Parts: sequence; structure tokens; C-alpha cells
Amino acid sequence: MTEQKRHQPEPSYLVDTGKYKGLMAWLTSTDHKRIGLMYMYAMMVFFSVGGLLGVLMRIELFYPGQQFYGPQVYNGLFTIHGIIMIFTVVIPGLAAVFGNFSMPIMIGAKDVAFPRLNLFSFYLYVLGAIIALSSQFMGNGPPDTGWTFYAPYSIQTHTNVVAAVFGAFVLGFSSILTGLNFIVTMHRMRAPGMTFFKMPLFPWSLYATAWIQVLATPIVGITLLMIIAERWFRIGFFDPSLGGDPVLYQHLFWIYSHPAVYIMILPAMGVITEIIPVFAQKRIFGYKAIAISSMAIALVGYFVWAHHMYTSGMSTTARWVFSLLTFLVAVPSAIKVFNWVATMYKGSISVKPPFLFALGFIFLFMIGGMTGLSLGALATNIHVHDTAYVVAHFHYIVFGGVGFAFFAAVYYWYPKMFGRMYNFKMANWSFVFLFTGFNLLYFPQFIIGIMGMPRRYFDYLPQFTLGQQISFFGAILLAIGFIIMLITLFSKKGAKAPDNPWGGTTFEWRIPSPPPLENFEVMPEMGLNEGPYDYK
Amino acid sequence: MEHRDDIGAKLGMWVFIFTEILLFGGLFLVYAIMRSSYSNEFHQAAHHLNAFIGTINTVVLLVSSATVAMSITAVQKGNRRLAVILLFITLLCAAVFMVNKYFEWGHKIHIGLYPGSDLMVSLSHGQVMFFSLYFFMTGLHMFHLVVGGIILTIAMVKVQSGTINADRYVLLENGGLYWHLVDLIWIFLFPLLYLIT
Amino acid sequence: MHPETVHITSYRTHLWILITLLALTFVTITVTWIDLSALTVLVALVIASVKAYLVLTNFMHLKFESSLFRVFIGMVLAIYVLVILFTLSDYLFR
Repeated sequence: MTEQKRHQPEPSYLVDTGKYKGLMAWLTSTDHKRIGLMYMYAMMVFFSVGGLLGVLMRIELFYPGQQFYGPQVYNGLFTIHGIIMIFTVVIPGLAAVFGNFSMPIMIGAKDVAFPRLNLFSFYLYVLGAIIALSSQFMGNGPPDTGWTFYAPYSIQTHTNVVAAVFGAFVLGFSSILTGLNFIVTMHRMRAPGMTFFKMPLFPWSLYATAWIQVLATPIVGITLLMIIAERWFRIGFFDPSLGGDPVLYQHLFWIYSHPAVYIMILPAMGVITEIIPVFAQKRIFGYKAIAISSMAIALVGYFVWAHHMYTSGMSTTARWVFSLLTFLVAVPSAIKVFNWVATMYKGSISVKPPFLFALGFIFLFMIGGMTGLSLGALATNIHVHDTAYVVAHFHYIVFGGVGFAFFAAVYYWYPKMFGRMYNFKMANWSFVFLFTGFNLLYFPQFIIGIMGMPRRYFDYLPQFTLGQQISFFGAILLAIGFIIMLITLFSKKGAKAPDNPWGGTTFEWRIPSPPPLENFEVMPEMGLNEGPYDYK
Repeated sequence: MEHRDDIGAKLGMWVFIFTEILLFGGLFLVYAIMRSSYSNEFHQAAHHLNAFIGTINTVVLLVSSATVAMSITAVQKGNRRLAVILLFITLLCAAVFMVNKYFEWGHKIHIGLYPGSDLMVSLSHGQVMFFSLYFFMTGLHMFHLVVGGIILTIAMVKVQSGTINADRYVLLENGGLYWHLVDLIWIFLFPLLYLIT
Repeated sequence: MHPETVHITSYRTHLWILITLLALTFVTITVTWIDLSALTVLVALVIASVKAYLVLTNFMHLKFESSLFRVFIGMVLAIYVLVILFTLSDYLFR
């Protein structure tokens, strides 16, 4: 790479150069960076709404007995909280935001392979979200099935399940098209000299993710269509009174929805893998092991779905098979954690906000992962199935894991996105609040879960009161932390960001901040002996 | 638009075909589970399907697949007229398929055999499953056939206008791939629904 | 960026493939007249797979694409077969 000529800089992608100005210029832009940002803004709105719904649930749970709303409202709350958080925030999550913004630059491309398709998937995302949210205001009231839409209840309830299910279907379609786009992009548009094993590890994780998106999402798509057909035409696949089988629904649902967890977490792991070597100022330890473990997680993760169904009446054979596979999928995840720690070892670590969040990710992801193993074990699962323990476990993964990686990624790429720095002190405070609040909120749920607190109940026995109240205060701290973060990032303009504020080595740090529309003035190449993480 | 990547476009189409395969794969999975539970009833229920119409439709689809493939050859050889004729035959086949399906479904609906009908609910469990699968799978297949037909109509117009030519025909290739997918699914649907008597 | 070698399949090849496919359709129908009990579905599926293979390799041109495409479709089908097998590990052992 030669240095950019700076005498006549190209206008950045944030400047409108097309025929439209302002909002229209964004809504019609096929630029991958702008689409990534649009996803980010949309997601922050949905995350705020979903978080608010979560706080509303915690208010109800502050004391035993009914406080403000009855069971029906509470059922509606956790259902829409789940739908928003799962389908509109964490599943598109890091892939849609940072995959769009950074991945093409990191592999040395001008854009994704199909820019217009990319914009189309963004619109499908918005459309799906609107349809899913419309379920709250139309028909016979908000759906009350939980985000899992388990049959046969989802085909019997009179609430507006069809809108929510169809919204999820459209969101799934958007996810498929994003995955398709990324696969082709990474196959066809890498910079000259960048072989697959010279590609940075965030794109690697996106590659693995994209395959799951493409191969798992259609299964839930067809399943959701079957739910709609059950409700409209009584086809009866999942209706025991017609000869159908509700357990079959659970199989089909989790064939997608477990791999979906890896759709969420793999890009998160990828981001952490980018951040840690930059702030440890060392080459990543075990590059190939991390790349391959991403693919291994994607592959094995496809075949662990039935560990959600140990208590559903499955055969004993299936239960031990899936338990075994569940333990196997922990191995590549552990390899990654090992490599991150080994990268930090003897590194010259500079503790900046992105790194703090990355550390937070490792800590929370470890707890989430370990408790996941106890859930994957057949005997303990029977005890804690459908308790608050499960709630704590998956929040540690999808919020502690994906959420914190998302925040880390925002702090990491923010200077590149907007060409501005932010206040480190404020960012550190946001970490303190988010991290403390998170643990206060979810750790007690492990304990009351083991004590027997069921999930999805609006009422509980008096012995769980203390745990629920600690959780409430955790939720408040968490909300404060999130607000501090928003203020840090969006309140006022910080100092102008240099091209490479952190000393990163991947391609995006070799171009101006914010990048010009076409990313590179001179298309980059990767030298024969050059790797993605060669530190000088 | 100086960037052009035909292999990339085809790769994208193939990846999309994979998602379609798994979309129908979900249904075939339901079929496999239901058939293993209700083997005999599936046999009896399949008697009610008209294997003759099914066979005609199989032949029609196979022919249409061959004509699409040949139309690509024609475009590659620069024979625009022949390519348009071959695509027209394909669309004609699609129309024949739809008309056959119309009569087939129409007859069943006429005698009151459709999901949710009184007759259907009164059948044995296995037969309900069979006919539900029949309607759902052939219905979804027909939807794909219509989409494929629209894509090929666009391709045909573009061949006629010369936008698709011997130098640039990836749209036709991708449309063809989609059409073959429709054919592929039918290749499995036909024996599993019509021929298990 | 044009594909390096464009393989043009002749009309004749396409016709032969079509004739083979039609013949296989005829075979699969005839076979159902013979009572093979448990084997019926297996035979039908095997013949359908052969037909699918012909369509994939010839009509869909896989024979002449880069090997990447074949690796992908093999992988996809393998994953799908595994999904069925793992699901059956529940249903066959209840």
C-alpha cells in the first residue's frame, strides 16, 4: 500500500453527491456504508423500544402479585420484547451494521457484490419490522405466544399472531438476501493478493454467518408460513386434533432458531477478534484456528437445535445425540476465547473504550457459555428448563455477548464512520454503568432460576422478591449506561479523527476518515508476504 | 456500471437456489415425518390423486426445462429468433401446467376436499395430513412456477430486444436456473405424492 | 471479466437429456405397478435423484461451472440429509 495523495481529497460518503439531497439521498443510496448506518439508526430505535418494554416487565415484577397489568398484558410484553430484540436487533445485528460498513473496505472492495439488492434487503427489514410491530395495534390484540410461536397454542390463540409471524418471515427474507450478498462479495471481490486465509477475521466470521443465514433461515420461513396456513386453512401439520404433531413444530422452529444464535454471536466474535490485537498491539494469536473455528461453529451449530426440546417428549436417542453435539460446539467457541487471551498475553495493551467493551464481552460470554453447557447437559436441563436460569443464560449470550460486542464495534469504528472522536471519559463511564447494570440485572436470575422461578410468569412466590428487585435496579443502571453512551456518541461533535486513531492494520484504517464514496482512491493490494494483522 | 461479474451473478443465483431448496426441504421433512407415522393412510389417500394429470404435468415441465436450456444455446450461438421461440414454448408449457392444476384442484374443491372443509376434517388423520401436504406443497410449487414464468417472460422480451445477446446473457442463465429449480422440485413431488399408491 | 471459456451445450445433448428424463419418468410410473411394498418409495426416490442429477449437471450446467459450485451444492445437500437424519433420530426411536 502506498500513502494516499491528499492534495485533492475525494468528498466523503457523508456528503450528498447524487441527485438527491438530505434524507432522500440516504434512502436511495446503494452505498454499503450508508446502508450500514441506516441499519444502525433503525436498530438503536428498536433496541430502545425493546429495552423500554423490558423495563416495563421489571416494574411489574418488582413485587409479587399483580402490580400494574395483568397476565395478558405481561404475555404481550414479553412476546413483543422478544420479537423486537431477536428479529430486528440481534439477528441482523452486527452483520447488517458493521458487516455492511466495514466488511467491503476490509477486503478491499468498493462495495458489496449487489448494491441494489443490499438496499432492497434494508427495505425488507424495515417492512418486516413494521408488519411485526403492527401486530400490536391491529386484530385481536398483541400476540401472547412468546417469540417462539409454539404450536398448538399459536394456532389457537385469538391474538394477532399472523402479523407477527409474517413480519418475522419478511425479516428472515431480508436476512437471507444480506447473507447471499456477503457470500458473493467475499468470493468475488477480495483485493488482489488477498487469499481466503489472508482475509481479516471479521469478514471470516461474516462468511460463516452468511452461510447460516442462507441455509437455516428458509426452514423457519416455511415453518412460519405453515403456522399462517394452520390459522387460515386448518392444514393441521401441528394440530394434534387433526393428526399433526406439535413437537414437529419445535423441531422446525429450532432448526433455524438455534443456528440463529450463531448468526448473532459469530459476527460479535469477529469484531472482538479485530479489536483485541489492535489494542494489545500484537498480531492475533492463532489466525487459522480462529478462522476455521468460525466455520466449525457454523457447521456444528446447525445440528444442536433439539437441545431446546429435552422436556418435549423426544426420544432418548435424540436427546443424547443432541447433548453430545451441544458439548462439541463449545470446543470451537473455547478455542476463540483461548486465542483472544493468548493475543493479550505479553501485549502492550492500551485500555481504550473499545477494548474495555471487548473485555466485558469475553467475561460475559464466558458466563453465558458455561451456563449454556449446564443447560445442554440432559440431567441439569430437566431441573432448570423454562426457568429464569434460561432467561439469564441467553441474555448473557445475546445481550452480554452480542450487545457488548455491538457497543465495542460502535466505539471502534465510530471515528471511521463519522470522522470524529468521542469523549473517552464518558465512554468509560458508559461501560461502567452498562457492565455493572447488566450483571446486577441478570446474575440474580441465575440464582432464582435454580431456586425454581419459572420464566414468562408475571407473578412469583415471595422468596424470589430480593432477586427480582436487584434485577430491577440493574435494569435502571443499564438504561442509564445506554443513555450515557448515546449522549457520548451523538450529543456534540468531537475532535477530528485521524485516519488511523487506534493503530489498526486492516484496510479500513489506511483510508481517510470518513471514507470517500468509493472507499479507495487506489485499489489496494495485498503483498505476497503480507498478512491482515502485520503490526509494525 | 463498469463493474460486471457474470460468475458472481451466477453464484448469487445458486446461493438463492440453495435457500429455495431448504425452503422446500422443510416441507419434505414434514412429509418424511408424516409418512413414517401414517404409511398406510398415505397409500390410500394417494389413490385419490389423478396420476394421469400428474404424469402429463411432469412431461410438460421436463420439456419446458429442456427448451429453456436450449434457448441459452440459441442465444450463445446468436440465434435470437430460435431463442425467443424456445422461451415461448417454455411459457406455453407453464400455461398448460397451470391449466391442468386448475382442473385438478378445481375438482377436489368441487367435491369439498380442501383444508378446513367438513369432508377433510372427517377423514382419518393420515389422510388429512396427506391432502394438507398435497395442497401446501403443490400450492407453493405453483407460486414458484408463476414467479419463474414472470422472470422468463422478462428474459424473452430482452432477448427479442437484443439486451440479452451472445455477449451478455447471464439474466437468461439465471432465469433458466430458477426454472430448472421449479422442475427439480416437481421431480421429487411427483413420485412422492402421485405414485405411492 | 467475461468467463474464460464459454461452454456451449449442443441442442442434440439437451434433446438426449430430455429423452432420458422422459424415459426415467416412464420407468418410475411402471415400477409403481409392481408391488415392491417397502421398496416402492426407495425406488421412486432413487429414480428421482437420478433425474435431479441429470438436470443439475446438464440443464443447470454444473458440469461446466467451476468446481466451487459443485462443492457448494454437495455441502448443501449433505447438510439437508443430516438434518433429516437427526430429526429422525427422534421420530424413529420414540
